[in-house]
Amino acid sequence: MSVNITLLVVMGALFAIGIYLLLERSLTRVLLGLILLTNGANVLLLSTGGFAGKAPLYNENISASEYSDALPQALILTSIVISFAVTAFMLGLIYRSWLLVRRDEVQDDLEDRRVATQSSFDEEDDADVPAETTEFTSPEESEERPGSRTVQDTQHTGSEEIR
Amino acid sequence: MTMDFSLVSIAPLPVVLPFLGAALAFLLIRKPALQRRISTAVLSLTLLIEVVLLFSTWEHGAQAVHLGGWAPPFGITLVVDRLSSLMLVVSTAVSLAVLIYATGQGQVDGDEDAPVSIFHPTYLILVAGVSNAFLAGDLFNLYVGFEILLTASYVLMTLGGSGPRIRAGVTYVVVSVISSLLFLLTIGMIYAATGSINMADLAIKLENLDSGMQLTLHLMLLVAFGVKAAVFPLSFWLPDSYPTAPAPVTAVFAGLLTKVGVYAMFRTETLLFPGDRINDLLMLVALLTMIVGILGALAQSDIRRLLSFTLVSHIGFMVFGLAMSSVAGLGAAVFYVVHHIIVQTSLFLVSGLIERRGGTANVDKLGGLARLSPLLAVLYFVPAMNLAGIPPFSGFLGKLGLLQAGVDLGTGTAYVLVIGSVVTSLLTLLAMARVWNRAFWRRPVDAIDPDPVLLLPVSAVKWQGTAPVITGTDADDDDDGMSDSNSAGLSWAMVGSTIALVALGLAVTLLAGPLVEFSNLAAQDMLDRTPYIEAVFGEGAGQ
Repeated sequence: MSVNITLLVVMGALFAIGIYLLLERSLTRVLLGLILLTNGANVLLLSTGGFAGKAPLYNENISASEYSDALPQALILTSIVISFAVTAFMLGLIYRSWLLVRRDEVQDDLEDRRVATQSSFDEEDDADVPAETTEFTSPEESEERPGSRTVQDTQHTGSEEIR
Repeated sequence: MTMDFSLVSIAPLPVVLPFLGAALAFLLIRKPALQRRISTAVLSLTLLIEVVLLFSTWEHGAQAVHLGGWAPPFGITLVVDRLSSLMLVVSTAVSLAVLIYATGQGQVDGDEDAPVSIFHPTYLILVAGVSNAFLAGDLFNLYVGFEILLTASYVLMTLGGSGPRIRAGVTYVVVSVISSLLFLLTIGMIYAATGSINMADLAIKLENLDSGMQLTLHLMLLVAFGVKAAVFPLSFWLPDSYPTAPAPVTAVFAGLLTKVGVYAMFRTETLLFPGDRINDLLMLVALLTMIVGILGALAQSDIRRLLSFTLVSHIGFMVFGLAMSSVAGLGAAVFYVVHHIIVQTSLFLVSGLIERRGGTANVDKLGGLARLSPLLAVLYFVPAMNLAGIPPFSGFLGKLGLLQAGVDLGTGTAYVLVIGSVVTSLLTLLAMARVWNRAFWRRPVDAIDPDPVLLLPVSAVKWQGTAPVITGTDADDDDDGMSDSNSAGLSWAMVGSTIALVALGLAVTLLAGPLVEFSNLAAQDMLDRTPYIEAVFGEGAGQ
């Protein structure tokens, strides 16, 4: 099977940026990442239908192998509708989260925090990143910041404070 | 033959009826009493139809409906085989019980006066999505079924929009969307590789691909379903998100949603990718799911969180049965799924009752419930022992079947899994017994910061109608300490539906003979593959 190289490149870019955004802590960016990823998946479905420019409608002069495949397009339509609904719902969730805690961030699970504050938890040994090299501020510091700051702001000032 | 045809043509109804019911319930959004009747009636009717389908497949095996009369593999095909009809009946029976519990709770809490009631339409759509996933004869329809049930579950998960639910909902939605995306990508790749998405067609065509390509597609599907079924290490999201939802919603999620993932794994592992290519990997994953899950449960003090971890842990038993690829192993796994759906859901419903009766779901703060409410104690004890696998309950029979199949297989990994299963069962017993000792058995004064309702002498709490009435003191008086109580009323609908589910769990034990026979028939069908393929394409197609 031959594939359209432009679609492949577009797909790669969509997936790369999508995954990068998904790993951010800001909910809006996570949502943008999901949107890009679903679009990447749609492009993948489109590319399974073969090259563009083939006959979409029945014509008796055209041989059977010369028609464009309609099924991937039907699948994409369904997938677009689903991702549209989920995006709308996610926006609602993010707005609600903003209303409640005034922060556009993935929140910590309380039970996880409880485990983290147990005596067996050693801040230095059990931290994901060694304390000296971290570029992130500690949770206490970031909680004091007003919610309107973006994650990037926090990172910036945080690294300056440490150095 | 005409009789068969007319019977199986009702197969789309388990999807269509709940959708129509949801539309009607949505129209009547300002009339909760009417909504309640509609959803109960629709689910009862759906259950009836599914029971008819179950008996039909028991007699005749797998059957298919080609929607719109399109010849396979071009149209949408719905397939009812023994596995899917059994899953349909159990899932709808459990959904019906939970619906009655939820409406009972809504009546007690006065949700009837709420301006709009979104619960009933969403719940019916969830049931329609679950049925669609069980009936789907092609991968894309399975994906659509997943999306229907997931979208409905997003709404149910965040019902009320309180802080913890939004936090849990965000994690849940993002994780679910990513797993669905992976599934969609795999569908695209499978279509590119074979030119088909019909599962019966793929069963024939996938074998012609080179083995590396097969393995890639196989593993991608496995990861996508592994997230949905909460198989370790893809189970991290479940204990974080499930416990925050309302009790009946958690109960139905725990009973059904992960099992749809397990069903999808059963279906794809046996029909699309038969053979023992990755059985060792599945065995390892099953072992880790069991052990890590149950160790997580032992660390919890909140009953619902604890139950979420046991849910993850016991998914491992089903994966173990699947990994054996033998009729005995797969049959035991199917039986175990049925047992686990019912028992896990009843335990979550009971945890809801405990929370309302004792004012908290934290076992550290509970005590003396056995004296305060003997019925509640029985309702907890029976499914808890059932889950732990104490004879003569169905949990014991299911685990025994798995262990026997493992010993029959006789390989080293199978023996390791047998030992792992026994250890997990014992640890489950330990986790369940700890809840029992603390919440039910010990004196309430031994609890940390117990709810005032627990400290009252039994004679002071009278049950009048549905809510506890405290005699001798004025409940509204600030001086008696009762104003701090979180205890909420119960209704007979809530207790009754829990009793019904616990009784259904016992019925699985009593009817274990025919059920095991049916599960083994289902497993035989799955491993043979020809019944499914012939149901779609007609006689002789599966050769």
